[in-house]
Amino acid sequence: MTDLLSRRLLFVTGKGGVGKTTVAAAFGLLAAGQGRRTLVCEVEPKGDLAAAYECGSTPFTGRRVNPALSAMSMDTEAALREYLRLIAGVPVVGRVGPVATAFDFVATAAPGIREILTIGKLCYEVRARHYDLVVVDASSTGHVVGQLAAPTGINELVRVGRIRNQTRWMLEILSDPRPTGAVIVTTPEEMPVAEALDLSERIRAETSVNLACVIANRVLPELFGHREEAVFEALDTASRSRAIAEGTRSRAGDVGAVLSAARLAVTIRRDGAQHLDRLRDGIDPSVPLLYLPYLFGRAHGMRAIRQVAHALGEEL
Amino acid sequence: MRSVNAVKEAFRGAGIEQLVAAKEVVVAVGPGGVGKTTTAAALAATAAQRLDAKVLVLTVDPARRLADALGLRGIGNQATRVCSDAFAAGGVEPKGELYAAMLDMSESWDELVRRHAPDDATARQILANPLYQNVSRRFAQGHDYIAMERLYEIHEEGEYDLVVVDTPPSRNALDLLDAPERMKEFFSSRLLRWLTVPYRSRLVNVAARPFYQVADRVLGSQLLQDLADFFILLQTMQDGFVARADAVSHLLRDVRTTFLVVTTLEATPGREAGEMIAALAERRLHLGLLVCNRVLPRTLTDPSAARAADAMARFSEELAASLADGLSVEREPVEEGVVRLVLEEVAQSFGNLRQVATREAELLHELSEGHEVTATVPYQPGNVSDLAALLKMGASIWGGGGAETGPEQSRPPR
Repeated sequence: MTDLLSRRLLFVTGKGGVGKTTVAAAFGLLAAGQGRRTLVCEVEPKGDLAAAYECGSTPFTGRRVNPALSAMSMDTEAALREYLRLIAGVPVVGRVGPVATAFDFVATAAPGIREILTIGKLCYEVRARHYDLVVVDASSTGHVVGQLAAPTGINELVRVGRIRNQTRWMLEILSDPRPTGAVIVTTPEEMPVAEALDLSERIRAETSVNLACVIANRVLPELFGHREEAVFEALDTASRSRAIAEGTRSRAGDVGAVLSAARLAVTIRRDGAQHLDRLRDGIDPSVPLLYLPYLFGRAHGMRAIRQVAHALGEEL
Repeated sequence: MRSVNAVKEAFRGAGIEQLVAAKEVVVAVGPGGVGKTTTAAALAATAAQRLDAKVLVLTVDPARRLADALGLRGIGNQATRVCSDAFAAGGVEPKGELYAAMLDMSESWDELVRRHAPDDATARQILANPLYQNVSRRFAQGHDYIAMERLYEIHEEGEYDLVVVDTPPSRNALDLLDAPERMKEFFSSRLLRWLTVPYRSRLVNVAARPFYQVADRVLGSQLLQDLADFFILLQTMQDGFVARADAVSHLLRDVRTTFLVVTTLEATPGREAGEMIAALAERRLHLGLLVCNRVLPRTLTDPSAARAADAMARFSEELAASLADGLSVEREPVEEGVVRLVLEEVAQSFGNLRQVATREAELLHELSEGHEVTATVPYQPGNVSDLAALLKMGASIWGGGGAETGPEQSRPPR
């Protein structure tokens, strides 16, 4: 498990809303804390990464978060321009407007163009050794498979042209489990777990990328042990809760609210545990499954990222 | 059509009932993973239960359990009636009829092509084009458009009194709302003209030249030729598509249409829902209902309950001493220490949930500002796996306003 952070390219993915950005940001913070020059890239720029690091914005050109850590957002048009300039040797196009629109539509129709630019930029950063580790806050389920499979897929479509020549070295990086891995994030809920299982299968079947680990995020702590739960049941009766009310000089209704909140916490936890069982059963046993705790405090911002990074460090 | 009793029952309930009785189309939008599909289904089922109306729920990719709950088998655009036995199993005799259909993306695209192609031969050529397969499957904005297009089609046919449509998860709130306009733009874009200029005369077109020089070097001319062929075919459908996109766009703005924003009160979905609400307002689209799912009970934010929890932790030692007296569990007397631990854990757990509930309440306040109808659905263990569960959820949307969100609110009315 310690090898996770010694990889060079990690794709963090999962269903929307499970905390991909938080986990990716925590990976970045953890690696940078160990002195590795780290880049975290938000592939679908919504500003979540900038909010996580509280660093204003994360432009394509990168934003320094701390001396070892940078953050950026993917911009396929900027990636195209960079590619043209650095690799294809085409000077930067002056009149960007029409080219950008054109690119937009061509990229829409021609499968894999946008994906290959995204993957290409990420692999390029790895190959150029600008960073020791590139953590990708990747697209969610449906899209990420397309991105990871793009270098293979593009060969079928583009028979000549420079992009084709570029896919070989990308594939070498992507297919090698030493530098590259995918991380699936999920939460203990029905749909996220179903998607995580589906995604792990699709990554195996449709891409050459190794599944490095699965992370169950927002796992509630177990409130009671077995004996404690039995005691709780014994306390949550009319006469005992009345005794608690008297002992705390509270109204019975308020004590009832407190006790039923505990019951709700137990229910939520138990509900989640069932989904986690399903996750554990469905994932290839050789793939490590990590757990990150639910944060009752603020769920974003640098403080939260530090907490998650800490928890992640413990799990690793 | 409207039940008089329901109006008396609850003001908010009346608000929702009035809304769905007055509208013909409800478009459910919202971030991913918040129960949008389930909420759309619950709203439709409850409308069919309470209104003398023919209601259709058009879903996109429902979870297996939900599809089973609605009796949807396989894929395809065909609507199926949810039989009244399923209602009876939920202890309900519906006033109306509930139908469900799943949105089949590629079938819908194919239908669209067949409708707008100038002749059968062109339609076949388009459908056989490998790029078409990619566009129809991958073009995310296309998925948004097709959902709205199907909705229009169904509404035009006039078969149903109310159509509740679930929408594909969008990466951007605006994509769905702007999809018809984008479709028009696409067909009238300069690019399409460039690409459809016969290949040899392209070098004559001065404006297009830099584009081709770059594109040739990067993509190779074969792909460009394929693209050109494809776009030439597409262009034959331009007039039909543009007129249709206009009509779809109109339907979204029609007074008979309203939007349902579904979210949870977690930070990220909440923010996205807020953006969606703003986007609707900006486009002057009617937001009829905001549904917040999986909401924690309001009692968690009650200051006097918080004081009770604090006191339980503070006096845990004394309380434990008196409570443990004579208490035995599983035929063994309970030690004070365990009782004390349980009391402290209960108090701490309350504090944890209280933090979350407080954030939820703030967000709910922010989101519901300026809306007549906001409904909260309490956290429910388990999954919605049958019609009874959908109706239960619908009942809490109907019955529960923003004011009360205790689990006891979620009981069906009968």
